Amino acid sequence: MRTGEKGGGRRLVVGIPFLWSGIFFLLPFLIVLRMAFSESAQARPPYRPVFDWSAGFADVFDRLSQLGADNFRLIVEEPLYLEAFVTSFRLAATATILLILIGYPMAYAMARAPARLRPALVALVILPFWTSFLIRVYAWIGILKPEGLLNILLMKFGLVAEPLEILNTEIAVQIGLVYAYLPFMVLPLYAALERIDPTLTEAAMDLGAPRWKAFWQVTVPLSIPGVLAGAFLVFIPALGEFVIPDLLGGSDTIMIGRSLWVEFFNNRDWPLASAVAVVLLLLVLGPMAAWGALERRREEAEARTAAGARP
Amino acid sequence: MKGLSRINLVALTFGFAFLYLPILVLVVYSFNASKLVTVWGGFSTQWYGALFRNEALMDAAWVTLRVGLVSATVATVLGTLAAVALVRFGRFRGRGLFAASIHAPIVMPEVITGLSLLLFFVAIDLDRGFWTVTIAHVTFTMCFVAVVVRSRLVSFDRSLEEAAMDLGATPLVTFFSVTLPLIAPAVAAGWLLAFTLSIDDLVIASFVSGPGATTLPMRIYGQVRLGVTPEINAVSTLLIALVASVVLVVSVVLRRREGASDV
Repeated sequence: MRTGEKGGGRRLVVGIPFLWSGIFFLLPFLIVLRMAFSESAQARPPYRPVFDWSAGFADVFDRLSQLGADNFRLIVEEPLYLEAFVTSFRLAATATILLILIGYPMAYAMARAPARLRPALVALVILPFWTSFLIRVYAWIGILKPEGLLNILLMKFGLVAEPLEILNTEIAVQIGLVYAYLPFMVLPLYAALERIDPTLTEAAMDLGAPRWKAFWQVTVPLSIPGVLAGAFLVFIPALGEFVIPDLLGGSDTIMIGRSLWVEFFNNRDWPLASAVAVVLLLLVLGPMAAWGALERRREEAEARTAAGARP
Repeated sequence: MKGLSRINLVALTFGFAFLYLPILVLVVYSFNASKLVTVWGGFSTQWYGALFRNEALMDAAWVTLRVGLVSATVATVLGTLAAVALVRFGRFRGRGLFAASIHAPIVMPEVITGLSLLLFFVAIDLDRGFWTVTIAHVTFTMCFVAVVVRSRLVSFDRSLEEAAMDLGATPLVTFFSVTLPLIAPAVAAGWLLAFTLSIDDLVIASFVSGPGATTLPMRIYGQVRLGVTPEINAVSTLLIALVASVVLVVSVVLRRREGASDV
């Protein structure tokens, strides 16, 4: 397994997982792309293929020349889709900002906690992440609905005269996003903050910097990679989120993951659902590449630290 | 190291209250005698009884368990291989694409993964059911396994492997007798993570599942859409209890083993 050693075993170790993700992860995207250019049809499966190889090359070239971008035209022209993309983007971006504001103090407190407590605190953040996502979102229905727990409490303390309409609004979706993705923000933030040497802030304060200035000029800049990692980890999946807007949002809160679902399952329009998927994929490709570059840099730094620690 | 300052204590209290209160409410109301979820009608375990008589739910739980066990095991093998390739092989041809296809599924919106896999299964004319759900779950959970195992591989002392090979062990023997025992805690954690992600998945399973392979999250989702019921609270509580106890047992066992090997 030494670096530089060549052989069949080595080829298998790379080859098996690579082949699997090539077949079941990369290849399917090409099929989505092909489907996105197809026409919808009343059939099983409900679409007319772009290429029919049985008809020979002439037919394929004929079809290529008039390749239908109708599905994409519909997405661009139909205001509903544009609105879904805008709503998704707005909700995902707001959730990311709120999560940084909530997650940072939490991660900071964890990193400053006595060392023997830290593993337990990390476990407490991870545990909800291990329990069902669906169930955690479902729990909020009982809390937010008009006769739910939140309204009962608010009315008991006389804060509101009548129940607030929160469930089936954008606010409920926003709460759900922040709640469900909190562990994804806290963990990378904690990892970044915990690595920062506390003597750096102490040095700044010994040199006369007030505590807030030491925090702002030393700790915060050093934790930026953690903030970015958390932001990508939250923003990208939130953009295509389906469960949260479906269970907590009303019919007027259309997020793009939900439109894709509706096109596919309710309207059985596979080509249009594929076109929505292609556009969503194009939107997340940039953030995903940025996140990948960030992770690569972190991995290289980790490998260097590990190599340096070795005698 | 001093104790926590007041502001840090407040941040932690609020953060954990936010994370745990909804789950707590759910669990408490699963023991509610009243059918009205928000009216407390006294303590009762009747919904748990109803659960075990609900055959559709029990069938779905059985499918979910089987998919979880099979997919987590395959994903652990593939993910561990991928981690070894990423950490130990330096720069090989196609490494960039390899690393990208290992990382991308972690953040990829689930609707995209689900739809693309379904279209792929239709294109190759594979009957949808238990195996398509299992394959789909392997595909996205193996990436999480790879990340967990990778972080362990990076941090351990490579000179142990080198010593074994200097003494004449083949790479294969070295892997099974030196590397694997050392990374075993991460492999176990990876398996557990893959298993919980599999039994939790709704979106991808909904796309690639077929008749007779309805999973528990799909069943729960179908009932949740009709409204909040104490029965769903009960099944949720059982799932949470199951996952929490497995995670706790595994982490305690691993810590014991780690402690023992450090001595």
